[in-house]
Amino acid sequence: MAKTLFDKIWEQHVVSEHDDGSALLYIDRHLVHEVTSPQAFEGLRMSGRRPWRAASAVATPDHNIPTVDRERGIEDPVSRLQVETLDANCREFGITEFGMDDQRQGVVHVMGPEQGLTLPGMTVVCGDSHTSTHGAFGAMAMGIGTSEVEHVLATQCLIQKKPNQMRIVVDGVLPHGCTAKDMALFIIGRIGSAGGTGFAIEFAGSAVRNLSMEGRMTLCNMAIEAGARTGMVAVDDVTIDYVRGRPYAPAGEMWEHAEADWRNLHSDDGVAFDAELPLPASDITPQVTWGTSPEMVVPVTDSVPNPEYARDEVQKSGWQRAFEYMGLKPDTPITGIEVDKVFIGSCTNGRIEDLRAAAGIARGRKVAPNIRLALVVPGSGLVKAQAEAEGLDSIFTEAGFEWRDPGCSMCLAMNADRLEAGERCASTSNRNFEGRQGQGGRTHLVSPAMAAAAAIAGHFVDVREWK
Amino acid sequence: MQAFNVLKGLVAPLDRANVDTDAIIPKQFLKSIKRTGYGPYLFDEWRYMDQGEPGMDCTNRPRNEGFLLNQARFQGASILLARENFGCGSSREHAPWALLDYGFRCIIAPGFADIFYNNCFKNGILPVILADETVDRLFAECEVEGYRLKVDLDAQSVTTPSGEQIAFNIDGFRKHCLLGGLDDIALTLQETDQIRAYEKERRISAPWLFSG
Repeated sequence: MAKTLFDKIWEQHVVSEHDDGSALLYIDRHLVHEVTSPQAFEGLRMSGRRPWRAASAVATPDHNIPTVDRERGIEDPVSRLQVETLDANCREFGITEFGMDDQRQGVVHVMGPEQGLTLPGMTVVCGDSHTSTHGAFGAMAMGIGTSEVEHVLATQCLIQKKPNQMRIVVDGVLPHGCTAKDMALFIIGRIGSAGGTGFAIEFAGSAVRNLSMEGRMTLCNMAIEAGARTGMVAVDDVTIDYVRGRPYAPAGEMWEHAEADWRNLHSDDGVAFDAELPLPASDITPQVTWGTSPEMVVPVTDSVPNPEYARDEVQKSGWQRAFEYMGLKPDTPITGIEVDKVFIGSCTNGRIEDLRAAAGIARGRKVAPNIRLALVVPGSGLVKAQAEAEGLDSIFTEAGFEWRDPGCSMCLAMNADRLEAGERCASTSNRNFEGRQGQGGRTHLVSPAMAAAAAIAGHFVDVREWK
Repeated sequence: MQAFNVLKGLVAPLDRANVDTDAIIPKQFLKSIKRTGYGPYLFDEWRYMDQGEPGMDCTNRPRNEGFLLNQARFQGASILLARENFGCGSSREHAPWALLDYGFRCIIAPGFADIFYNNCFKNGILPVILADETVDRLFAECEVEGYRLKVDLDAQSVTTPSGEQIAFNIDGFRKHCLLGGLDDIALTLQETDQIRAYEKERRISAPWLFSG
């Protein structure tokens, strides 16, 4: 019988099936960070339990840590305690951790793939919604809460009900100046921020096949912003070539065995999905969010929408709240919106290809005088080293950007990097929620090239018009 | 975990779609390493006029008087009536911890984000999904002061003050765990032999998964 990619991975991981239709699924890889794990480890201690298979878990601190003056440690005592608690828990329970001083430290969803900890066909979990990122490898990757972090630590399993399945097929050539980020935002604009609720989404089609692994990770990362349980892309040569030779990837004979197995990780011809959405790549343009949900997105050439086009009263009132919070009037052209800060980084767009795209725009130019801060935060210590080897850091600093140490940084502003009330930011991150980048801060989500261009121009511009 | 059987409670209506977990509990409070103490900071940015910080005493903070949790008529509410896609965004379980710590045991909405929905069940909170039209009607009825609902998990019904009974669906296993206040780790560990057997087979068929 023809199977989907999701079916194949699901079936390989069912330990047992329960009467109510749920299944006990085996988890191959558990990524851990400092924010959602302390209560889970405390739960283990209180019940006298030990991790079922400590070697399956790998930890790194990312949310809280500073991106400057790291040698001075963490100044905020509450943040410091949380990071030290992760260190202590990893020591106590025998879990590998890439700590703050390790070059492999980084945003957990950048670090995992980079180390080869994420492999095709795996079930991957992490106490973080953007775990969907790892689906780019033809893996089943799910964000979980802290109780489930404890459950996976204690049992190596998760209780799951099989979700419905959706395939989004993007065929054709992604137009010049458009990236995986624009594709992701375009899709969310089409299906809405709850459009994927209850679904596992497979991204397919020639435009997806033509994305690099970095691009596929950006796309799958944003699947959660459409509400999906997971996002995934089938395995092909691009996947295999990326994984080969990574520190935790198999080698030698075991690699041959694994590769042969991974080559089957695609949806079979003729298999039926519960929902299927074809989208021509030629429709995609550089996207800019204007509101407080990722679904509030328009092409850069467009304007803030007029509420008379809202679908219903609930959407209309949501838009009106968003206009007020964002300090924007309906029908304002996007290119007329000035920004105060720029953030390039995060688990969505903090990889080497993202930094290259942004540097390509910044090269030989200067950040506009109205920009108070333009931050470039690499996704990991290794991304940082690679960028420096390519000279990207000097391109950024000569243009007036700040070049920082790796972490989640201003994506969610748990460290010192944040927006002040009323400040407007062009951000390569994933969420434009109220207060996300700092209380009262106003976030516009864009691609790395679009963010760099906004920093140079001082307002949003159509990057397609730039050389 | 606290069991959930029958709840009769005052309803607070939060008339906004796509309420995300960043709004339910802002990031600065996630620095805590405890499961409790989040209630005073629930909806912090909407509830107070100043910037909240972890550990802050909230008794004298300037309040946003227009926000529903600051209105006298909703004090003591244990049922939150919400709109579509409630709990979207971040997987932070601090969101249900904050709702529970404040006193909410049940949330009624036309739809929930998956991870949040799941997190509720781990914390003794019952998320009830009702049809859009039904939720619209409850929002209208809720304009009457002191509006209360009875939520019966075993019977899978919501009863309005007029005696109308509205049925809702829920997974059997989740219902079972919530009714009994059961620890699902202990339940899963009853399947230890099956997990061991599965691992034994996978070590042979996919050895690379066990080498790292």
